[in-house]
Amino acid sequence: MNAIYDFSILTGGIHERLSGLMSPTAVMITEMVIIGTLLIVFVALMGLVLVLAERKVAAFFQLRLGPNRVGPWGSLQTLADFLKLLTKELITTKSADKFLYNLAPFIVMLTPFLALGVIPFAPGLQIMDMNIGVFFITAVSSMGVLGILIGGWASNNKYSLIGGMRSAAMVVSYELSVTLAIMTMVIMTESLSLSEIIASQSDGWWIIKGHIPALIAFLLYLTASTAETNRGPFDLAEAESELTAGFHTEYGGIKFAFFFLSEFVNMLVVASIATILFFGGWMPFHLPFEWAVGFNHIMDFIPGIVWGFGKVTFVIFLMMWFRWTFPRLRIDQILNLEWKYLLPMNLVNFLLMALIALSGFYL
Amino acid sequence: MQAELISKDGTQEYFVNMGPQHPSTHGVLRLVLTLDGEIIKRVEPHIGYVHRSIEKMAEFDTYKQIIHLTDRMDYLSAHMNNEAVALLVENALEIEVSDRVKVIRTIMSELTRLASHQLWWGVMGMDMGAITTFLYAFRDREMINDIMEETTGARLTMNYNTPGGVMFDLHPNFQKQVKEFIKIFKTKLPEYDELLSGNIIFTERTKGIGKLSLADAISFGVTGPSGRASGFACDVRKTNPYSAYDRVNFTEILLVEGDAYARYKARIFEMWESISIIDQLIDNIPEGVIMAPMKAIVKLPKGEFYQRVETARGELGVFVVSDGNKTPYRVKFRSPGFSNLSVLDHISRGHKIADLVAIMSTLDLVIPDIDR
Repeated sequence: MNAIYDFSILTGGIHERLSGLMSPTAVMITEMVIIGTLLIVFVALMGLVLVLAERKVAAFFQLRLGPNRVGPWGSLQTLADFLKLLTKELITTKSADKFLYNLAPFIVMLTPFLALGVIPFAPGLQIMDMNIGVFFITAVSSMGVLGILIGGWASNNKYSLIGGMRSAAMVVSYELSVTLAIMTMVIMTESLSLSEIIASQSDGWWIIKGHIPALIAFLLYLTASTAETNRGPFDLAEAESELTAGFHTEYGGIKFAFFFLSEFVNMLVVASIATILFFGGWMPFHLPFEWAVGFNHIMDFIPGIVWGFGKVTFVIFLMMWFRWTFPRLRIDQILNLEWKYLLPMNLVNFLLMALIALSGFYL
Repeated sequence: MQAELISKDGTQEYFVNMGPQHPSTHGVLRLVLTLDGEIIKRVEPHIGYVHRSIEKMAEFDTYKQIIHLTDRMDYLSAHMNNEAVALLVENALEIEVSDRVKVIRTIMSELTRLASHQLWWGVMGMDMGAITTFLYAFRDREMINDIMEETTGARLTMNYNTPGGVMFDLHPNFQKQVKEFIKIFKTKLPEYDELLSGNIIFTERTKGIGKLSLADAISFGVTGPSGRASGFACDVRKTNPYSAYDRVNFTEILLVEGDAYARYKARIFEMWESISIIDQLIDNIPEGVIMAPMKAIVKLPKGEFYQRVETARGELGVFVVSDGNKTPYRVKFRSPGFSNLSVLDHISRGHKIADLVAIMSTLDLVIPDIDR
């Protein structure tokens, strides 16, 4: 990997500059403020880009042009929509549980923020390198459903309640598959730290090195994480043809925007995890062979940030592809799929992976 | 009331108003659902939100004017509705229309049926959560609308039929355009199968859902593709051929399963039959007058008259009581949507909310047709 693409040079430089100016405590506080601001800007930017991407992808699947009026190629459309939502009146319905009703959008928005804190997007571009990163992400991402459940309950609307309950039943089930698929890969990586997982793939991505179990784990993870983010064909928490808008029926304005945005940021998080576990994160495409040294060297010249976001974009595109192709499943079918098919498959796959790891039969 | 709703294990049934504004009632239908969790205990349709008293208004209009009201009942089969009234007046006055008119009417009816089924297919997909189908269907339907616009001047509510014939002659481009559409649509229809019929999620969602037995279909008067999916041979085009249906070869689609998937399949098959009917007629449109000589205001002889046609949704009956005046004494429309809706409660009990949407979609309800 070329050192010039390492962000830690930049971040380390800033840290030294600041340390020369003020006391260690002040440095820490300043850095926290900077990072916090950058994270909010990053999430807002990614939200705008992803919403536009979704609308464009949907449009091209549906023989349409998509947004093309505001800004070149419709690029400012999501910004315009966001401003419109900001200026709308904040409504709290009369019979709603006021505190919980207003709290729910923040909980939903908080979890992807927490998860983003440990995800490395490029060499050195990681807020915190936790040694239990995978565990941390699994823990915080399961909190998102709390916001949906609270929102559905506090709205005091039957449609919202059904949506919230469906979401709770679904996310709790699919969490198992997501975690098991991740754990299958952790057997290989022998580490819970996300940066170490990436480092372990410097000679080849796990989806190539990990034989068939890695491929199965990837497919299982992709299916289960789509369900976990409440996206089509598993979007029955909102299911607009059944429940009008599901758990966010009663939300409007910026509160709705929070729910809306959180879906996209969640998608970014799960796509990033898929990228890190299976496609080597920001690691360039390397072939684990003697003769491929030249090829590997050329791949190193593409910056890590391009690799990282390129792969995340690919996984996100896959998820958008699902959404705009498949009809929605029914609640009992979704739960059957998880408990009768995905979970047993995951357990067998887990065992298979353990056997492969024990026999050392991998590159 | 409250006490009887609470079951032994302490759970309670609850009501949900589905509609009048709801994305999948496709109009202003209000369904009062009694639910136990997600399970449907009872469906109570409340209708009348778009009631415009078309039957009463018809009593004050001449027979030629009534035709323009019928457009607004089942707006997706506007042409067939018009045809029903036109045929009734022609039969009552014993006017023989030319072969050209008969063939034109048949082709137009089948084009309307295709357009209606295309829209239904798109909306069906949308109800099931696959929004893409909606846009695909509209792409193909647009071509039919263009053909209609060229000849009749309108895209949806054509008002093309009139007692004694049709309003205008066919546009010179008509044959060419229809042939081109048929050629293209024959390649697009398998695409429909790929997107929905062959999709495992779709088949799992519809197979065995909303089963309607043959006996129930007959007793509820469910007609059209919905009835034929239960094996009820109710195609008016076969049983009482009108216009040019007696000179074309087509199969009446009869399925036995009677579930949502069968109703879906029946419509897909029916599209192929419509294509075949148009194929047979489009090259042999006979020459002739497009309008039999008629007075501006026609008076029907005293008596009762009934005419039925097969619309895209089922059997439309027009019953007219005439006292010999220029306006009818009483008009009654037997609309297919009303009868098809009546079976909804019967077949959706015990299913889930998501199934209700699928069932409603396969019954292909058009609310103005129900309310009139």
